[in-house]
Amino acid sequence: MDYLAPTTVEEAVGALAEEPEARVFAGATDLIPQIRAGRPEPGLLIDLKRIDRCTSVTETEAGWVVGAATPTSRLTENDEFSTSMPGLSEAAGLIGSDQIQNRSSLGGNLCNASPAADSVPAMLVNDVRAVVAGSGGTRTVPVGEITTGPGSTSLADGEFIVEFEIDRPPANTSDAYLRMIPRTEMDIAVVGAGARITLDADGNCASARIALGAVAPTARRVPDAEAALEGRPIDDDTLAAVAAAASAACNPIDDKRGTIEYRKQVAGVLAKRAVKLAAERAAGTATTNGGH
Amino acid sequence: MTVTDDPTTNPGYKWVGTRPIRPDGLDKVTGKAQFSADLVLPNMIEGAVARSPHAHARIVSIDTSVAEAMPGVQAVITGADFPDLAEAGAPAADVRESKKIIARDKVLFEGHPVAAVAATTRQEAQKAAAAIVVEYEVLPHALTVSEAMAEGAPVLHDDLITANVEPTPETASNVASRAVQQRGDLDEGFAAADVVLEHRYTTKPVHQGYIEPHAAVADASQNGRVNLWFSSQSPFDIRATTAKLIGCSPSRIKVTPAEIGGGFGGKTVAYVEPIAAMLSRKANRPVRVVMDRHEVFLATGPTSGSVTNDGKITAADIWMAFEAGAFPGSPVGAAAMTAIACYDVPNFFIEGFDVVVNKPKVAAYRAPGAPIIAFGVEGLLDELARAIDMDPIELRLANAAEEGVQAPYGPVHPRIGMVETLEAIRDSDHYRSPVPEGCGRGVASGFWFNIGGNSVATVNVHEDGNVSVIYGSPDIGGSRASMALFAAEELGIDVERVTPHIADTDTIGHTDVTGGSRVTLSAGKVVVEACRMIKDDLRRRAAKTWDCDLDEVDWVDGQAQHVSGTESPLSLAALAGKAGRTGGPISATYTENVRGAGAGFSTQLVDVRVDEETGQTEIVRYTTAQDAGKAIHPSYVEGQMQGGVVQGIGWALNEEYIHRADGTLDNPGFLDYRIPVASDLPMIETIVVEVPNPNHPYGVRGVGEVGIVPPMAAIANAIDRSTECRLHDLPMSPVRLLSAINDRDARD
Amino acid sequence: MTRVPVSCTINGHEEAFLAESGESLLNALRDEVGLTGVKEGCGTGDCGACSILVDGRVTCACLIFAPEAEGHELTTIEGLADAGHLHPLQQCFLEGAALQCGVCTPGFLLAAKALLDKNPHPTETEVRYALAGNLCRCTGYDKIIRAVLDAAADMAAATGDAA
Repeated sequence: MDYLAPTTVEEAVGALAEEPEARVFAGATDLIPQIRAGRPEPGLLIDLKRIDRCTSVTETEAGWVVGAATPTSRLTENDEFSTSMPGLSEAAGLIGSDQIQNRSSLGGNLCNASPAADSVPAMLVNDVRAVVAGSGGTRTVPVGEITTGPGSTSLADGEFIVEFEIDRPPANTSDAYLRMIPRTEMDIAVVGAGARITLDADGNCASARIALGAVAPTARRVPDAEAALEGRPIDDDTLAAVAAAASAACNPIDDKRGTIEYRKQVAGVLAKRAVKLAAERAAGTATTNGGH
Repeated sequence: MTVTDDPTTNPGYKWVGTRPIRPDGLDKVTGKAQFSADLVLPNMIEGAVARSPHAHARIVSIDTSVAEAMPGVQAVITGADFPDLAEAGAPAADVRESKKIIARDKVLFEGHPVAAVAATTRQEAQKAAAAIVVEYEVLPHALTVSEAMAEGAPVLHDDLITANVEPTPETASNVASRAVQQRGDLDEGFAAADVVLEHRYTTKPVHQGYIEPHAAVADASQNGRVNLWFSSQSPFDIRATTAKLIGCSPSRIKVTPAEIGGGFGGKTVAYVEPIAAMLSRKANRPVRVVMDRHEVFLATGPTSGSVTNDGKITAADIWMAFEAGAFPGSPVGAAAMTAIACYDVPNFFIEGFDVVVNKPKVAAYRAPGAPIIAFGVEGLLDELARAIDMDPIELRLANAAEEGVQAPYGPVHPRIGMVETLEAIRDSDHYRSPVPEGCGRGVASGFWFNIGGNSVATVNVHEDGNVSVIYGSPDIGGSRASMALFAAEELGIDVERVTPHIADTDTIGHTDVTGGSRVTLSAGKVVVEACRMIKDDLRRRAAKTWDCDLDEVDWVDGQAQHVSGTESPLSLAALAGKAGRTGGPISATYTENVRGAGAGFSTQLVDVRVDEETGQTEIVRYTTAQDAGKAIHPSYVEGQMQGGVVQGIGWALNEEYIHRADGTLDNPGFLDYRIPVASDLPMIETIVVEVPNPNHPYGVRGVGEVGIVPPMAAIANAIDRSTECRLHDLPMSPVRLLSAINDRDARD
Repeated sequence: MTRVPVSCTINGHEEAFLAESGESLLNALRDEVGLTGVKEGCGTGDCGACSILVDGRVTCACLIFAPEAEGHELTTIEGLADAGHLHPLQQCFLEGAALQCGVCTPGFLLAAKALLDKNPHPTETEVRYALAGNLCRCTGYDKIIRAVLDAAADMAAATGDAA
């Protein structure tokens, strides 16, 4: 494998176009284990981390622009970011240990396209957009349209994600991300649930976004669970409806981390808990942190 | 905290029982300590092993021609390069060991070595190993005892006839042997009982999980001798194995032990050492072979998965089947001996079967066999306690083994500390505290024999009065510190003046394995005795100097003193300074096959909180009480206790081998083979109980192993108290526990 | 296989070495630079034994390609002590018997240093989560956590900075 560290997006696009065996990478926290496990080695490794745009975290009018190769520890350590998007921050912060956190990135987590990726449900409920660069220029795509199945994305050959655009949430809104893992750290999510709740003046749910991870080929929103909440108070009944809708929306597999039955059941539990936590944060009454 | 028996007779030691910094500590916190993959020799090349992708297959052919021609390749070996021990009529155990190291006609587990390459770089060696073409005839496999014992099961060894059954079977099977412990009359015992409980338990194989993968450096390029460096718990045993497998005399091999990055029993047997030696012979250069984590999980010994049935306390009827892996040798015999050893049970029949399956041959794992059966026995005791509404500690106290009780495996117990560990828990702050809100509390006990065995120590006094203590037990838990403390105590000198050395196999006499919780006892004893020989010698030299009788000289506080007080004392340094004039160098060697190991007992207490919506178990509080006899270096005794407990917690909650239907391992890595991480745990409170071992000069009992015996049952008991769900299968992972909670809710 | 030159600062010294582009920094540090204090426990970022500091941040050397080190400041265990003076963490690990076999110790020391540099007054829980990426099989973590908390207290006392 050869190694290249371009300093501009154009340089990276050019290198990718020229070398069909090239792969971009940020933290390599998935790439290296996959190569060790026998995945074919790329002919050229293109390191995105020397491109300023790919590692910047910028607050804008609308919200945030986060470089796709930014180590997630920089996001979680950014107090402004973590305060305005606590769920997205905690989801990014759950991608592995402190060692991993200094390498992992939203771009890598998304494009590795594991159904269990921790940042994706939180990105979905926040309508995060990916700015994709390729030889045809750049295009902006909702994150939900990037992953197409386990290990696969909609990115064409020669394309890569440069940065993410995140809009600041409206007032009375907050988010949460919870996941089930057998230990307390260092595990791939068996189930992941992201929720974003906007409360109205009466404290009822004005708008709900709920997304599940690790229970289908890609992370996905759960419209039925959202519909069960919208316009309603967040109480035991509506939460039970959320749980039921979340369980029903699952299409999980049996694997070494969990069974179909387990994932369906726990998806309901976590969806309900994530909604509750997001609502408490939106109301300013949250007393607990998320799943660490 | 330490709970000491007989405080009035416990001598006030000056060094033993203190907590100095360990002698090898500085090297270990600065990265200087050399583990076996760290060693670089001039002219050294690197090895890689080609391994079977199949759980069970016949080897039809091996073609190494492509590999041999690849860049950097210096040697390629297969089983054919090794002496054929079967043809030579070697004992069956040696033949099996040679087939375990590298396959001959069959591969018996995924990861079974079939060939190896030595090349200039590790990458070249790996590429060449991948280019070795092996034609396999894939055979059906058996992965569990149930599969292996079933009618029509694929037979791993066509010459394996079950030992110790009547009548001797006529055909081969996968049942290697049967072990039995029995006493009294079962029917009478059960008839006399008020409550009889029976369950079937299963456990999964778990790996010792040492953080350092196996590695060896071999140099067979020197005039017929082989120099080996590797991290191992048993340099002498692996020297012997390697000698047999490569066809030379043991004394032609010199093993220099490297620092060892964890063993727990898993580094007591050979894996890459004979391969490295053979590659070095063929390449005529030093060769380093390092396993990666994937290989460690695929091809090194887990401990057994099992199936067991248990009975009740005045009578016990136990049936066990343990996986041995691809070759016979599970710890089912030890399990049979230890199953009820904590208690005085008059009637019992304990039967265990050693069953081969298509997995790597099991290796020892901390008190081998005992933790597995304790999961069943200690869980059943808890259910009995609930059935008769008796406190579980009181139930155990009512049945506890004591001095004078005959152990299930034969000998009569001398002074032992089972009762004291129960009392320590009963009286502990933890037990006296109310069970926290939402938690369940469980208790369990455990036993391990501990062993003695062969040890040698040489003590040399330098001209400056400092002392070297040379012995042959690799240090896996801080034992150097204990040896230094023994020498300091015996000689009456500051512990900083003692330097322990772990010698190579040429320089020290045969020493048994670092394992079996034997080092502090056995190496400790010979160190003590060698120091006593030194003291006698020093007194003789002082007597010569003062021209008096030997019995007029005492050795006190590191000095020779004349009983009359008329002579100025002679310090160790003073006597050492003129050693040549008083008889020559001051050195003593003591050797013994040490007997009188004191049995180890542990009682443990745990509070758990279960998230009943996800099945996840949190360990909220944990206390362990263990009889150390005498804690030589209390910090390292505590460390052994805590380490064993945490391995048990992992075994209880999450660790297991997960195989695919095709017999290959689905989780050969630390990502999905889930050992506990720091955030999973609270502090582990330790109560060091000291009931001195009457057979050791300092009362030492081994402490390394028994700590892993109780945790799985203690946690199962706590989960049961918390959720009213009794789990009989390990691990008690969230998936399994949630399923049990669902079943409970459906029942209610 | 192309070997490329890499120049970086390691333990305060300018270093230059050759490595394969696709070689891990772990292998380069061990084999090319000779820093065998950086241990391989798994090679896939699951155990933390190869933890080093890159520009003061803890990360697994096995998950870094050697050329990425260009221009960065690396700290390995060999650089933790300062001219023979042990770092308080090293001293507390020794005094607190926070190691048994010692193979995970270098990784833990660097991860703990990164924690205390960022958060000088961590709670026990914060220490446990910060060190969750470092596996230890010998100690059960108890004495390691205590040693880190002790070192934090010692370092705070030394700077006169109470929690």
